[in-house]
Amino acid sequence: MAHGHKSDEKIVYVGDSRIRQRSADKPTPPDYTSFPGKSEAFIPNFLLKEWMAGVVILVGFLVLTIAEPAPLGYPADPLNGSFIPMPDWYFLFIYQLLKYPYASEDYIILGTIGIPGLAFGALLLAPFLDTGKERRFYRRPIASSMMIVSLVASIYLTWVSWHHYTEELEKNGVIPEHIEREIKSEESIKAGKGRYIAGKEDVVALVKADDPAFSIMQQAQCIACHGAELEGANGPSLRGIGDALSKEQLVDTITNGKNEGMPAFKGQLTEAEIDQIATWLSEQKAAAAE
Amino acid sequence: MFKSMYNWIDERLDVTPMWRDIADHEVPEHVNPAHHFSAFVYCFGGLTFFITVIQILSGMFLTMYYVPDITNAYYSVDYLQHQVAFGVIVRGMHHWGASLVIVMMFLHTLRVFFTGSYKAPREMNWVVGMLIFFVMLGLGFTGYLLPWDNKAYFATKVGMEIAGSVPWIGGYIKELLAGGTIVGAQTLTRFFAIHVFFLPGVLLTLLAAHFFMIRKQGISGPL
Repeated sequence: MAHGHKSDEKIVYVGDSRIRQRSADKPTPPDYTSFPGKSEAFIPNFLLKEWMAGVVILVGFLVLTIAEPAPLGYPADPLNGSFIPMPDWYFLFIYQLLKYPYASEDYIILGTIGIPGLAFGALLLAPFLDTGKERRFYRRPIASSMMIVSLVASIYLTWVSWHHYTEELEKNGVIPEHIEREIKSEESIKAGKGRYIAGKEDVVALVKADDPAFSIMQQAQCIACHGAELEGANGPSLRGIGDALSKEQLVDTITNGKNEGMPAFKGQLTEAEIDQIATWLSEQKAAAAE
Repeated sequence: MFKSMYNWIDERLDVTPMWRDIADHEVPEHVNPAHHFSAFVYCFGGLTFFITVIQILSGMFLTMYYVPDITNAYYSVDYLQHQVAFGVIVRGMHHWGASLVIVMMFLHTLRVFFTGSYKAPREMNWVVGMLIFFVMLGLGFTGYLLPWDNKAYFATKVGMEIAGSVPWIGGYIKELLAGGTIVGAQTLTRFFAIHVFFLPGVLLTLLAAHFFMIRKQGISGPL
């Protein structure tokens, strides 16, 4: 039974929905008298200013990410016994705490459950522990001083942990892997051997990686199957292919395709381009890459 | 035309009251840095949310290339960092954003603590905020493993050992997180699922509760 617009009904709905039919008079806006002063509408006035500040922060953030790429070390090797473990910086305070004798070994319960449980439990339940009406921090000496002491302790533990880590690196003459990898990669590119890929050292290096034939191959989507550095993916690796195939065989393979996987590039690449690629690939010999 | 479209929708769904609840409120003087510069401390919550949005967006793009298995995870990250257009920026934003979100959240927590804003009637919002803090730390912990380099692997191993040292239930927690007795293939897929589905789901629910409460109760008054 549809609801009609009968005037004697107390609640009138739109059609058969649960949306109430609005009366002609507009709803009254909320009252802000509890905060007298120069208040400002959130949308659009305040949000616009906030967005402008947000954009400045976003640009600064982007500059940081471009200046300092995210670190990446070597592939995980569970048998690596000499690696110095390092959690992310915001876990260092607890990592350091567990190194102290009174919070580890026989007292490990104190380190994992006792101290952190007490600290985080108190933080979680702060409103129920600090129930006074006073809000200013200098009138709440107990709560404020406990917070400041925990803050100082956390900062100190983080600092000590980081200090130990850098000291250990120095003592063992270790360069952090993500930095070493960057250096190796740069050297490899400079030597014309293509980018260094950790864990794939046994793959033959590229010969003359700066040859224009390589960029033709990149544009022709060869890298989709043969790997971005021709190190092989779904398709076989093309590094050292010159040892297996002659230039004529390479021209034939590229032009007419091979087996199921390798498509024919006749018509997609000009003969000159195919020749250029085949010439470059035929130079990919293990001996030349040494 | 937009007006008539809005009215058409409003007549059917009655969205004006919802919109008013979400957006139509005023910003009081004492939290507006335009009036008192020191009020910038009230911006940290909004900035935390801003960076959380960046994290969600950049993370969505990362999953287009990331492969959560132990032989390919590292190389998919290597590929997206070096070969994918703007991959280095997207991964950089997600990596550094993870630290930045912790910093902002930390500053926001301190602001709320030192202004006593967690006091009645806002106790529940503080508790929800602390739960958000723990979820964020969980996101940081699970995300750290995903590139599957040595730093990720050994940090997770240490984390597992710490979890395992909890009395009585430690062994169970460890096995539940690692998906077995060692940090290996199961751990990676498990951490991936936790990082990408479980924790973000919890996070969005808690954020919704956080924002609902602040809209309902309004911002705490001047000191």
